[in-house]
Amino acid sequence: MLETASPSATEGERSPRWHPGRGLLVRTGVAAALLLIALFALPQLLSLYYIDAMTQVAVYSIVALGLGVLVGRVGLVSLGQAAVLAIGAWVAARLLFATAQPYPLVLLEAGVITMGLGTAIGLPALRLRGLYLALITLMLAGAITVVLTTTNFPNGGSGFLGYNAASVHIPAIRRPSIAASDPAYYRYSVIIAALMFLLVLVHIRTRPGRAWAAIRQSEPAALAAGINTTLYKLWALALASFITGVAGGVMAGAVHYLYAIDFTTQDSITLLAVVLMGGAYSLWGAIVAGLLLQLLPALLNSWGVSADWLTILFGAGVLQVLTTAPRGLADQVPKDLARLGRLLRRLRRPPRAASEEGAP
Amino acid sequence: MIEVDALTVRFGGVTSLDGVSLAFEPGTCGLIGPNGAGKTTFFNVLSGFVRPTAGTVRAFGENLLSMAHYRRARWGVRRTFQTEQAIVELSVFDNVAMVHEHSRLGGARRRRDVLGALEFVGLTGDPQATVQTLTAGERRLLEVARAVVGRPRLVLLDEPAAGLPDEETRHMGEVIRRIPEQVGALTILVDHDMSLVSACCTTTAVLDFGKLIAAGPTAEVLRDDQVIRAYLGTAEV
Repeated sequence: MLETASPSATEGERSPRWHPGRGLLVRTGVAAALLLIALFALPQLLSLYYIDAMTQVAVYSIVALGLGVLVGRVGLVSLGQAAVLAIGAWVAARLLFATAQPYPLVLLEAGVITMGLGTAIGLPALRLRGLYLALITLMLAGAITVVLTTTNFPNGGSGFLGYNAASVHIPAIRRPSIAASDPAYYRYSVIIAALMFLLVLVHIRTRPGRAWAAIRQSEPAALAAGINTTLYKLWALALASFITGVAGGVMAGAVHYLYAIDFTTQDSITLLAVVLMGGAYSLWGAIVAGLLLQLLPALLNSWGVSADWLTILFGAGVLQVLTTAPRGLADQVPKDLARLGRLLRRLRRPPRAASEEGAP
Repeated sequence: MIEVDALTVRFGGVTSLDGVSLAFEPGTCGLIGPNGAGKTTFFNVLSGFVRPTAGTVRAFGENLLSMAHYRRARWGVRRTFQTEQAIVELSVFDNVAMVHEHSRLGGARRRRDVLGALEFVGLTGDPQATVQTLTAGERRLLEVARAVVGRPRLVLLDEPAAGLPDEETRHMGEVIRRIPEQVGALTILVDHDMSLVSACCTTTAVLDFGKLIAAGPTAEVLRDDQVIRAYLGTAEV
């Protein structure tokens, strides 16, 4: 795999990094190719209906990525991420109506403000883990849903809440001028998603990633290694909330109109189920989760099948994944494909295999 | 030098350590005793997982007990665990680098220090290999590498050779013996393997039911009647 020189030979070397292995190059190549396809090929191939669905896939991939950091990297099970997304969308919508700031700046501000609020919601994580943390975050998510239902999302009104119940002609939440059309906004959201994935990747490959891996496996070992576990848990919460807030900002522009009814507490639970299905331990899993959450319902709708079946499907999916592929579809499917490939090759090649076929 | 004075730890009605006072001189010191004698509790006090009911611990003149546990690693306390805790998700290199980057040392020396620590314990395979590819013995060595990387001042080894075959235990013993000299850390070894303890440790302390029953040069301690009784029991047991 990797060629490594003996320690004495590498001692004088300045670079603290390793030469990238072939595996890494392949992965980078595949990611770059997929990004290019998503940016240039898909908008040409898909109808507007599916382009809008893919914009939502980008949004929910970011949300799944954030939850993946919490669940898969640090071991904090949060059931409040859909509420965090709603906060991000609310903040972005409010800023977009109130100011003429450029869109990227609004996304950044929505991310930062959501980071503060989301980290506060996650504070119980410093004391609790597992089931209890899940329960507390679920209840906080429920509380946020209630608050949003009474305050509503901004619709161009005045005051802090920015909601005008009397307005008849509700203005749409604006988009960046360079991405006003649906295909252009889709590309915009893919680029934002790619940036968020890059941000998380940098975290995972460096100091915080190693600290999280230690915390998840064994907190005593992490403490003995000198890791400030409180700081790194807060860091993970902050990162997850930040990218989820940014995703909320992307969503605000994508849908033009936000309604509290679109953010249910149940979404947070579905989100966790789908993230576990996709694979909480890999970045690809977040993309799989985004596709399952947003593209699948769009497909079912266009086939005339009720999207309500998805709840059952996701339930069965989680059961299947947890029992047979605990690291999720993003890990299992390539393995299964490789196994299938080996099987096919073996069937094709030797005549010996043919003679054995007679056996029952 | 580590000076422990009147250290007492109680968990509810159980007294795990009962007024233990002893000093560890630079070098490798053994800490032995039957199961439940309080050896691991003693390590837990030094590394900050357990707050003692009473007593003081001074390490090289500083009050160790007033430091937050994660700061102790930065100060120079390192430990291994009875059940090895190699982080499965990280490579061999990253397992050691993780400890190095949370000590006070700068990043520039990191690569050299980490490779040096791996070489020190004899893990000469691919540093980028995943932990799953290591044998049980190599995982134990990896934990020792984590304990010696950078500039630790106090290395606590909690049964580092438990479950290892004789050959690997001998190698582990050689590694432990070199720690004080080559790493410069005071090393305390807890183990049940008396041949390992006598091979590595110049001095040894013996705990029994939370009380210090003997301390001194290893050979003398292992001949002590009280120690033999503590290990083998008396007629009425």
